[in-house]
Amino acid sequence: MPDRYRVAIVGSGPAGLSAAARAAELGMSHVLIEKTDHLSDTIFKYQKGKHVMATPSNLVLRSDLDFDAGKREAILDTWDRQVEERQVNVKLDAEVVEITGETGAFEIKTKKGETIEAEAVVLAIGTQGNPNLLRIPGADLPHIQYQLDDPGEYFDEHITVIGSGDAGIENALGLAADPAQRNTVSILNRRAEFARAKEANVKLLEEAEADGRISVRRETNPAEVRPGELVLDTRDGQETIRCDRIIARTGSQPPRAFVEAIGIGFTSEDRAAFPQLSPSFETTKNGIHVIGALAGYPLIKHCMNQGYDVIEFLNGNTGLKPADEPILAEKFAALPGNRSVDEWLDTFRSNVVILQELSPLQMRELMLDSEVAYYDTGEVIFVRNDPGSSMFAIAEGSVAVEVDSEDPSITVPIEQGSIFGEVGLISGRRRGSTIRTAQPTVVMELSRTAALKLVATTPSANRAVNRITIERQLLQMFGSGLAKEDVAELVEAAETLEVRAGEKVIEEGAEDKDVYVIQRGSMIVEKDIGGHPVFLSYVPAGSYVGEMAVVDGSPRSATVRAAIKSEVVRFPGEAFNRLLTRNPRLFERVREDMASRRDINRFIEGQKHSFGGAVDMYSATAQFLIDNGIGEATDVLLIDETLCVGCDNCEKACADSHDGLSRLDREAGRTYAHLHVPTSCRHCEHPHCMADCPPNAIKRGPDGEVFIDETCIGCGNCQRNCPYDVIRMDPKPPKKPSLLSWLLFGRGPGPGEASYEWRKEHGDQDAAKVAIKCDMCAGIEGGPACVRACPTGAAIRVAPEKFLTYTKLTENGS
Amino acid sequence: MASVPDSDFAFHEKRRDTDHESFLAHRRFRWLKLATALCVAAVASYFLVDVEPRHNGGSWYGYTLGTIGLGLIVWLSLLGIRKRRISEGRWSLKAWTSAHVYLGLALVVIGTLHTGFQLGWNVHTLAWALMLLVIVSGLYGIVVYATLPSALSDNSREMTRREMVEAVEAIDRQVEKAAQPLGREQADLVIAALDEDIFHAGVLARLSGRHTYCRTTRALENLAHGVRDEATDKVRSLLGRRKAQLDQIRRHMKIRARLEVWLYIHVPATIALLAALTAHVVSVFYYW
Repeated sequence: MPDRYRVAIVGSGPAGLSAAARAAELGMSHVLIEKTDHLSDTIFKYQKGKHVMATPSNLVLRSDLDFDAGKREAILDTWDRQVEERQVNVKLDAEVVEITGETGAFEIKTKKGETIEAEAVVLAIGTQGNPNLLRIPGADLPHIQYQLDDPGEYFDEHITVIGSGDAGIENALGLAADPAQRNTVSILNRRAEFARAKEANVKLLEEAEADGRISVRRETNPAEVRPGELVLDTRDGQETIRCDRIIARTGSQPPRAFVEAIGIGFTSEDRAAFPQLSPSFETTKNGIHVIGALAGYPLIKHCMNQGYDVIEFLNGNTGLKPADEPILAEKFAALPGNRSVDEWLDTFRSNVVILQELSPLQMRELMLDSEVAYYDTGEVIFVRNDPGSSMFAIAEGSVAVEVDSEDPSITVPIEQGSIFGEVGLISGRRRGSTIRTAQPTVVMELSRTAALKLVATTPSANRAVNRITIERQLLQMFGSGLAKEDVAELVEAAETLEVRAGEKVIEEGAEDKDVYVIQRGSMIVEKDIGGHPVFLSYVPAGSYVGEMAVVDGSPRSATVRAAIKSEVVRFPGEAFNRLLTRNPRLFERVREDMASRRDINRFIEGQKHSFGGAVDMYSATAQFLIDNGIGEATDVLLIDETLCVGCDNCEKACADSHDGLSRLDREAGRTYAHLHVPTSCRHCEHPHCMADCPPNAIKRGPDGEVFIDETCIGCGNCQRNCPYDVIRMDPKPPKKPSLLSWLLFGRGPGPGEASYEWRKEHGDQDAAKVAIKCDMCAGIEGGPACVRACPTGAAIRVAPEKFLTYTKLTENGS
Repeated sequence: MASVPDSDFAFHEKRRDTDHESFLAHRRFRWLKLATALCVAAVASYFLVDVEPRHNGGSWYGYTLGTIGLGLIVWLSLLGIRKRRISEGRWSLKAWTSAHVYLGLALVVIGTLHTGFQLGWNVHTLAWALMLLVIVSGLYGIVVYATLPSALSDNSREMTRREMVEAVEAIDRQVEKAAQPLGREQADLVIAALDEDIFHAGVLARLSGRHTYCRTTRALENLAHGVRDEATDKVRSLLGRRKAQLDQIRRHMKIRARLEVWLYIHVPATIALLAALTAHVVSVFYYW
């Protein structure tokens, strides 16, 4: 063992393993440091038999280790074998706690107190972080574990779960789910309430507690772990309970603090930011490199390639082209001018405003997720009402926007370096206008996720996108008569604000004179009548509020508050007023809008006196729907329970239209005034499920539906992120015998979702669980089966802005 | 106070079926109007067309009505298939139900005029009688579909069926624990109540919602007269909760039974009707 290694690789995931294998192959002195007692812990922790994907399929694998899509076990076996064959120097059970020194002489300290010296360090520690460990006497006893793979493997045990988050609650519920396991399950919560967990989980836990399946101990801390028992600090003093196993789920420490302590700089303060890297993966701390998920590359193939590359760079192979070079070359082949990959990357980076602060490495990564295209003069890039959530950037040339759907000759130009299509990015809606090229143009199309990542990690891109978005939104809202210069003053003075659900943006009676544009989320307008708030109207994203007070100088006539977490842009009233004075046509339009709004308000106020009950019902029903997530929905299934006979044909139709699994639960869900919101996808404006999908399998389709495609890896993130519990995890069931053979001969389970037992008996035992949710029957002629199959007309699908109106809601309540 | 953007409502509305109308009012009573027109035309022509010696099923006019009636019956009975076959296409089961209801009612007129009011004790009249039985049971169906759903919704109070049963089970566990200190006689009553299968009920009990032999009620009554100590009070209050929960389940079962009972006549009678019609048609042509 040398005194000082050439390179120390921290973390043995795909990136670290591949780097170590390359170093071994080159005969470079190296050590691979892993904190657990096995290699590749993240994949090791996947559920048994999980299918691991090898995307993107067009990327070649450049590694000394093999990797192909397959079962978790096969992949881990291959790596274990190849690591041994290649004589990789592995150091297990070594958790790195500190890295000090300078390039050429780093000292790596492990938790056990060892010090490893190395000239260079490669950090491949991923983003999982370390679970918070128990810090009480006896915390080193073997019956404490920090994760739970399979709740079904424990029997006849007294198990205590520590932690009041979703992970803890889900573990406790899993352990107590099957009474046949005869486990005695307790869960400890430091506080009196489970504030950190999802409401649905808390509800399930409370039910389990009421049924006596789980003992929930509130305001209780663990004090000491002893073999077979656990000492608790409760509100009324110490208590000792029997305990054969402890599952501690008290959160984890993200690795950023550790990385920053080494002296590595990040691109921004944002939580989602990555370390700043050179093209050879070197950080701001010379000699330390970051690869893999921590560098912002979560896919296994990327990680393995980077492991190979970083060692090649360290070995002096500076001419090495990244493995994605051929993919990029292919992308750029369609563009005119025969320029090299580097030239094109440079063109895009220097010409497009939002890309100017990117590193060459980030630029490559972004380009991999993006498309480029060349258009001749007058070609259409996209058409009004086209589906699409991507964003375009103009590298060379310029385009014209047809702002008036009636008259295509009215256009607004967008010049080189700017962007378009960013509205879809923010609201997830269809294209607002048709875009045509004004001269030969080269554009780059960024996928929604790539664009969102760019905005989240690059502050300059964020500012640029925000400014352009505000400007465009103003122009679109106020119609065709305006030019960029007209709204420049407003854009300059604009201020973007985050508004919590329920927070007031405008308060009735106040004297302020600002105008607000709702950028995302939605608002409700209410007025105080006879001492309590009466719902006046629902205002979706893309509308403006507050102009009345500005125009006629009166105090605020109603309160506007956020229906859900929203983002609004505030403009000073005087600037808005000046805009109106300069543009009489706009002034006229705003007055017309105001007049019709006043009519509705007057109508509802008038109703209040003659039919107070109806107005109360209207207000209460609207509030009920908003409380149930309709404020962020784009298309939601409602059931009118004055018509529903409970035949469940909607569920059966859903299952029969989608591989035999229903995506809706009619009975579950809240009801008010016979209006029922079943457990079924609302196709949120900003889907929570999309937030964290590793293979990016959740998308918004052509009809606005949010769907999961076949690349789902079954990780369950979307299910946990959905606040409405509309996503289920199940393997694809077997095919049922035909309807006719069921009708005539009683074969098979009949229409609708087959029972769990039947599916299990007839299905493929090894089929992997995937996430399943409503796709609004996209691609099925005739539209949503739940509505088509309702015999009485009880099931309706509605858009909130259309449904939250006085006529619709009072017709319901009556 | 605000302006709504020029968004793509129309676009989505075309695809989304938001016409919030019941199956009876579907498309402004389109099928009611059509069925009424059909009946009026049938009655008018009955009086206008002169058939010698008198109206009967065997005249050209009778055959016409018979063919329309037969076609309607076969088509109406296909609703059972339509409901279960969720194929692609622009159909809506609500439209089918609406047409089923009104055209089915129109059959009373068409079928009866087809008979020429010549009824007797034969297979032909059997078919007519079965048809009326199907229609009358269907009429009951229309009435309950139009009146009972809101009661079902009110009764469920946002609980699913599974939750209702789980609530009983949770109470049962508590009752069992609380009943430990009770005397033999009282304990037996409680055990009998807990052992009772809550879903076991005859047709009449289900439809009326009156469960005369409910052991929970009996245990409650008996405990009310016995000794009053802390343990009995606890059991009594728990049994009271159990009773309330059972009542909710039974009301649910009652409404569901009333919503469904007619199908046990409607569907078998339809199958019998199709058989009788076959016999009717075959015999008419055989003896022609």
